[in-house]
Amino acid sequence: MSTVAVTTTPAGRMRALARAELTLLGRSKGTLFAAMFVPFVLPFSMRQAATGMDLKGTGLSLGTVVLPSALGFSLLFAVYATLTGVYVARREELVLKRLRTGELRDTEILAGAALPSVTIGIVQCLVLSAGCAVLLDTGAPSAPHLVVLGIAAGLVMFAALAAVTGSFSRSTESAQVMSMPLIFVSMIGSGLFIPFEVMPDKVAAVCELLPLSSVIELIRGGWAGHLSTGDALGALATAVAWTLLSVFAVRRWFRWEPRH
Amino acid sequence: MTDQVIDVTGLRRVYGGGFEAVRGVSFGVGRGELFALLGTNGAGKTSTMELLEGLAAPAGGRVRVLGHDPYTERSAVRPRIGVMLQEGGFPAELTVTETVRMWAGCTCGARPPAEALEIVGLGKRAGVRVKQLSGGEKRRLDLAMALIGRPEVLFLDEPTTGLDAEGRRETWELVRALRDDGTTVLLTTHYLEEAEELADRLAILHEGRIAAEGSVADVVAAQPSHVSFDLPEGYFVGDLPPLAALGVSGHEIAGRRVRLRTHELQRAATGLLLWARDARVELGALDVRAASLEEAFLRIARDSEQAGTEDERAGTEEMAV
Repeated sequence: MSTVAVTTTPAGRMRALARAELTLLGRSKGTLFAAMFVPFVLPFSMRQAATGMDLKGTGLSLGTVVLPSALGFSLLFAVYATLTGVYVARREELVLKRLRTGELRDTEILAGAALPSVTIGIVQCLVLSAGCAVLLDTGAPSAPHLVVLGIAAGLVMFAALAAVTGSFSRSTESAQVMSMPLIFVSMIGSGLFIPFEVMPDKVAAVCELLPLSSVIELIRGGWAGHLSTGDALGALATAVAWTLLSVFAVRRWFRWEPRH
Repeated sequence: MTDQVIDVTGLRRVYGGGFEAVRGVSFGVGRGELFALLGTNGAGKTSTMELLEGLAAPAGGRVRVLGHDPYTERSAVRPRIGVMLQEGGFPAELTVTETVRMWAGCTCGARPPAEALEIVGLGKRAGVRVKQLSGGEKRRLDLAMALIGRPEVLFLDEPTTGLDAEGRRETWELVRALRDDGTTVLLTTHYLEEAEELADRLAILHEGRIAAEGSVADVVAAQPSHVSFDLPEGYFVGDLPPLAALGVSGHEIAGRRVRLRTHELQRAATGLLLWARDARVELGALDVRAASLEEAFLRIARDSEQAGTEDERAGTEEMAV
């Protein structure tokens, strides 16, 4: 029996919305599979590649190469790809329009709908970190605050980027296609397969500016402890800049209703 | 009752492509009143409703709902209104109860979901997925959600479209009961019967403007009544008694068919029938018809079409000069 609230709070409204979204996610088997298993399967293929890398003098180990990548895959698949589809589906079903006739504020709608995917992302990050700590001997991070900041920025950034990507997709099918470019660019350029430390300097300098790069750098640096204060601040500044930029893009371009 | 709950002045709405859907609409709705916006498809009903619901900012003019701007003061207005959009907007894979529960969690003073469903007669379908509901059932679900927060003002955009005759009656009774409890209701419809049945006052929208406004009786009274009949063989209009003396304000002839226009139906009909009796003639296919909302509605559509063609003609002449 649910109790009757006389007034609603932002947290209560988002909880109600998130609960419905979680139910929907549970009923969408394909999406659930991609969100839950891809981030666990890809790191295994990573491991093969990383074993062959020359990591001498980089301050990295097999574990600190694989772990940040695994968390990166989680952000890309569990959060970004899943949420892009969710936002587009809800817009095309006119659910977003209906939600806007109620007491929910716009940010509450976007955040509430994102909550299940973001929670899956957080849980995956915890499980993958624990798994790597045990299986690949990464141990505890040497600068945990950088890891937490990196993950937090990544979650906000990729939820917002999902909303932006969704605005340029007309159907859930096109949403899958539209989310591909950022996923590929991130996988190749943001150090998921090849750490920046192993890249040629000039290429690394450009790739470090990609959205996911700063997140990966903060997580990897936080774990391995090889980042100088200057490098850490640089990565942090890039992460904050991308987060602000993606939030601004949502405010500017997000579509609440289908095109006529 | 003098308390204005909805106050609209010179409202305009322009879409991206430059199409002006609402062109200077003004009206007011008092507390506990049921006001209907009537119009053909594309008349601007939904465009107007969305401005009142605060879903979009007007291009011009002013809207006040419960004394607030519904767009800029959303948080002051939303907890006190209920909205039923023209098209659902429910995730297909949720059940009816899950959908209502989600909405209840986002609404101040919400009724329990089961109660809301019972009110609209959807109690038996509570466990069914939304995608399996019929069009009429989706409309009821939408109504349940609009009612859930016991709103002071209810916006209903075509609430009975897709319902069968019985479902329509039930919705009418429900809306009337809400109005009797003091809820202010603004509804749009293209069913004239619905407006006649429910509305305390109404406005007929046509091409983004209000073409007529008032109580059903007011709007109808402005329209003439009609007497139509076939003239018997060998008789001409000139053989009828002087039409002006019968209170006839105009007439049309098509073959033997005569149609008289009058604001004094009884006088015109009596005069005509007495003449027919005295002349010992039979008026074929006699039809004596009081003015109705339908007549008013069709006339507004026709008049503005004519006005439209005249405008075009004026345009061509200018071009020729």
